[in-house]
Amino acid sequence: MTGRPEGSPPGAAGPPLMEARNITKILGGKLILDDVSLSLNRGEFKVLIGPSGSGKSTLLQCVHFLLIPDGGDVLLEGASAVEMGHKNVCAFRREIGMIFQDFNLFDHLTARDNVAIALRKVKKVPKAAAMARAMGELERVGLADKAGLYPAQLSGGQKQRVSIARAMAMEPKLMLLDEPTSALDPELIGEVLNVIANLARGGMTMLMVTHQIGFARHLVNEINFMEDGRIIERGHPEALLADPASRTATFCSRLSELTGNQ
Amino acid sequence: MDTWEFYTEKLIPALNEGLWMSVLIIVPSAALGVLIGVLAGAGRAAGPPWLRRVLDLYVSVFRGTPLVVQLTMWYYGLPGVSRFLGSILGPMGLPEFTWRFLVLSPYVASVVAFTLCSGAYQSEYIRGAILSIRKGQFQAAKSLGFTDSQTFWSITAPVAMRRALHGCGNEIIYLIKYSSLALLVTIQELTGKSNALASFYFRPLECYLLTALYYLALVSLATFFLRWLENRLRVPGMGMAKTG
Ligand SMILES: Nc1ncnc2c1ncn2[C@@H]1O[C@H](COP(=O)(O)OP(=O)(O)OP(=O)(O)O)[C@@H](O)[C@H]1O
Ligand SMILES: [Mg+2]
Repeated sequence: MTGRPEGSPPGAAGPPLMEARNITKILGGKLILDDVSLSLNRGEFKVLIGPSGSGKSTLLQCVHFLLIPDGGDVLLEGASAVEMGHKNVCAFRREIGMIFQDFNLFDHLTARDNVAIALRKVKKVPKAAAMARAMGELERVGLADKAGLYPAQLSGGQKQRVSIARAMAMEPKLMLLDEPTSALDPELIGEVLNVIANLARGGMTMLMVTHQIGFARHLVNEINFMEDGRIIERGHPEALLADPASRTATFCSRLSELTGNQ
Repeated sequence: MDTWEFYTEKLIPALNEGLWMSVLIIVPSAALGVLIGVLAGAGRAAGPPWLRRVLDLYVSVFRGTPLVVQLTMWYYGLPGVSRFLGSILGPMGLPEFTWRFLVLSPYVASVVAFTLCSGAYQSEYIRGAILSIRKGQFQAAKSLGFTDSQTFWSITAPVAMRRALHGCGNEIIYLIKYSSLALLVTIQELTGKSNALASFYFRPLECYLLTALYYLALVSLATFFLRWLENRLRVPGMGMAKTG
């Protein structure tokens, strides 16, 4: 298995880092997630793919409890989000980072303040320490020299790297990424994928929605294929992609025909 | 009396008194108007449905009727209500202030009228500014563990303030000018004074021209201050409307 760091041998005792159990979600009267279960061990990197509208974004938001599932539960290191109750849901969310397709940086703050603000307001870190930490995180994504710029002054790739720095500054246990490169011009995709690959090598536990299969297949432990609100296939990328009869392989080959890469 | 003396001895001292009265009306009305606008605007953008309905009603009444009518109601209309209340409450043995408070002094009636009217308009700008904040900004805050109140103070308020500033500033500039309506309830503010002088000395042109200059100075001062504030708060790319 590529990408699995030491310290989390397969089949390790104890609960998975994150376990989503039988998640259902109804939106606009329609069943969008239909009894989805998914778990990640510490240091694992899994990918979620599937056609548009299959419920991938909804699943990530339910795992994060940004959307409250109508049924099921999410356990983070064994702690149940449902049992945590409405009042502590913010504390639950704080442990998980989310990267959005369209970055969602705070428009009125500089790159550095974007990274520092949650440290200051949510974690109550003193200003000087939060600023120093923010600089450190920006440095890690190669943007220390852009610390004073506002989102409107950054390229898409730079914005996404700032948003990764912002999430990482909170020291999340789990990182969720929802098509982090699909709003980017092709020449900017590489810089963001590099940063994500570095996170994976550093042992960050991640669940990513992406159509960058070429990138994913060498880094991730598992591909989950979603359709109509269910995960209908899961397995190691090499195994799934090698099997011409798998839905994943058919979907990916159609994708590459459309986009013309790989 | 030669012209120069007329200016320095009569006109200017009288207009200065009027100016002071105008400022005493404008400043509290503007400040309270912004405060009401912020509360009503936030309530209309994000409050529970019953509150939205109440506040929408407030705004449609105060934006939908002429300010002159509102002002005269506060000053000339309320005493009638007060008499009516008195005729009911008096025989019940209640103290006089329970109905007398509705009889407003000209000054209080003006400030109340201007505040409530201005607040209704201000709330439109605030509401629009809050509603214009993209959903993703709130999602990002949520995903970082912000509580609702942390989100309000760190995201909603600073962004909405910048977006609303231009419109709110314009409303204050209107207020400076419609404060002249206070002359209808016998207040000797800038326009009231000017009216009195013009008819007393039969020199309307000079009186009104100079009065206009006074208003122009007030508006320029306010514009200058608002521009300074906008520049201080300016954030690249945030699409804050430019001061004209
Ligand atoms: N607030 C909502 N109200 C009603 N329906 C919704 C809502 N949000 C999402 N949906 C529907 O839920 C389904 C799944 O949406 P979701 O965004 O999770 O799909 P996705 O797999 O992420 O798709 P994409 O690849 O296009 O991002 C879609 O059919 C969408 O129309
Ligand atoms: Mg999606």
